Amino acid sequence: MIHAKALTRTFKGVPAVRGVDLDVHEGEIVGFLGPNGAGKTTTLRMLTTLLRPTSGTATVAGHDLVADPSGVRGSIGYVAQGGMFTPPSLIGAELLLQARLHGHSAREARRLVGEVLERVGLAGFERRSPASLSGGQARRADLALGLVHAPRLLFLDEPTNGLDPRARAELWDHIRGLRTTIFLSTHYLDEADALCDRVLIIDGGRIVASGSPADLKRDHAAATLDEVFLTVTGRPMAEAAA
Amino acid sequence: MTAFVVAAHYLRETFRHKFVIVFGVVQPALYLVFFGPVFTGSGVGDWDVLVPGLLMQLALLTCGLTGFNIVFDHRFGVLERLRVTPAGRFSLLVGRVLKDAVLLLVQAAALLGLALAFGLRASVPGVVAGLALVVTMALGLAALSYAAALTLGDGLFAPVMGTAVVPLLLLSGALLPMEGAPAWLDAVSLATPFRHVVDALRALFAGSSHGIGWAVLSVGLFLAVALPLATRVFNRENA
Ligand SMILES: Nc1ncnc2c1ncn2[C@@H]1O[C@H](COP(=O)(O)OP(=O)(O)O)[C@@H](O)[C@H]1O
Ligand SMILES: [Mg+2]
Repeated sequence: MIHAKALTRTFKGVPAVRGVDLDVHEGEIVGFLGPNGAGKTTTLRMLTTLLRPTSGTATVAGHDLVADPSGVRGSIGYVAQGGMFTPPSLIGAELLLQARLHGHSAREARRLVGEVLERVGLAGFERRSPASLSGGQARRADLALGLVHAPRLLFLDEPTNGLDPRARAELWDHIRGLRTTIFLSTHYLDEADALCDRVLIIDGGRIVASGSPADLKRDHAAATLDEVFLTVTGRPMAEAAA
Repeated sequence: MTAFVVAAHYLRETFRHKFVIVFGVVQPALYLVFFGPVFTGSGVGDWDVLVPGLLMQLALLTCGLTGFNIVFDHRFGVLERLRVTPAGRFSLLVGRVLKDAVLLLVQAAALLGLALAFGLRASVPGVVAGLALVVTMALGLAALSYAAALTLGDGLFAPVMGTAVVPLLLLSGALLPMEGAPAWLDAVSLATPFRHVVDALRALFAGSSHGIGWAVLSVGLFLAVALPLATRVFNRENA
């Protein structure tokens, strides 16, 4: 689903992502784990065509990132770190626009909106505004925006950031139940452990370890992903935030 | 096609918050009520001289400041979300601009209705042609306003554009015809497309077509500059 080679991005000469190689296969939930400032969002924004890579190549959902960005956009869904609604908008109307921009007829779009709201547990929320939702509901509404056109590949940037533990666990259940290929970033070690088939650990713009949570722990003789991070980078994740 | 989907979406949003529509007409309507009687009594001209100026004021205040709408879309990630769809960035811009044009037409119709009640008498074909001219010009104005909002960002857009529309309004001769202006001011005024549009509107309202050629030419030039410029800003990766 994703094949990236040596993806690099510098901002005004300062490197944020330094030669990331990654492969994500159909049906996998892959976690991109790293402290704040590690380069997760920058990588996701490159893979979703929002940022041009400084160098490197990638194929996303069968389309070349640089040669066919429009093909990439048609096959993916993206849920940004900070959400994607203005507070006074209507959830149903925004979802409808999103589906229409993905090329669905008005009728088909209305059906997709009803379906996706059901899928994220917000059936009947069409006339609600994001400002009226709880934190967990708002994140699920964001999820609906990324999912409404039933993409083959979904990017989630820190999907549970700032939620309380109960809302996080609830969102994990929703994400697990989506049955689509997912590439998600997180700085929560327990999230990577609980949710992901495979984890890529990123630090300082480089991937420093990868594997299933079980393999990573076994290979580094560690009890938790926290210890894996410590072994690989020489410092605990909690202190690593740039 | 996509542009119409975008325009329809934003029109529905705007009509949901009806106060936005009313709010845009308030200032020109206040001029009509509190300035109109003074203006028409001063000997400068009648309602058919004032109202074209108020239409220009309406266009500058609504389409000129419409970029404010995109500031929030930018801040809350809506812009990025729309960009991760196959919809072209050009249609995303054109859709918003079309929305502004339709909205301006509705607001202008309301203002003209009020002006009729106050005593405006004008050539009907002239008014229709004048509206077409103003709305076409406003396409460029709205496009530039979005470009300015994406370039200036949250903090600067409101103060910079709020200040910029004042000299543009005064220079267009909307509030007082430029006939009495000193030569240098007249020259500066003639360098803006807005002056030519106001002059043409006054002629059209009076049933003449004097100066229409200049107005069409300056609107054409204005669009030829504004639309590509705004498209470039919209295509910028971090806009
Ligand atoms: N638009 C930008 N301009 C300049 N620097 C940026 C920009 N976006 C990100 N960065 C820098 O790139 C680095 C990685 O950021 P980011 O990808 O957001 O990390 P993460 O999502 O892992 O927290 C940080 O040092 C950040 O300051
Ligand atoms: Mg981030």
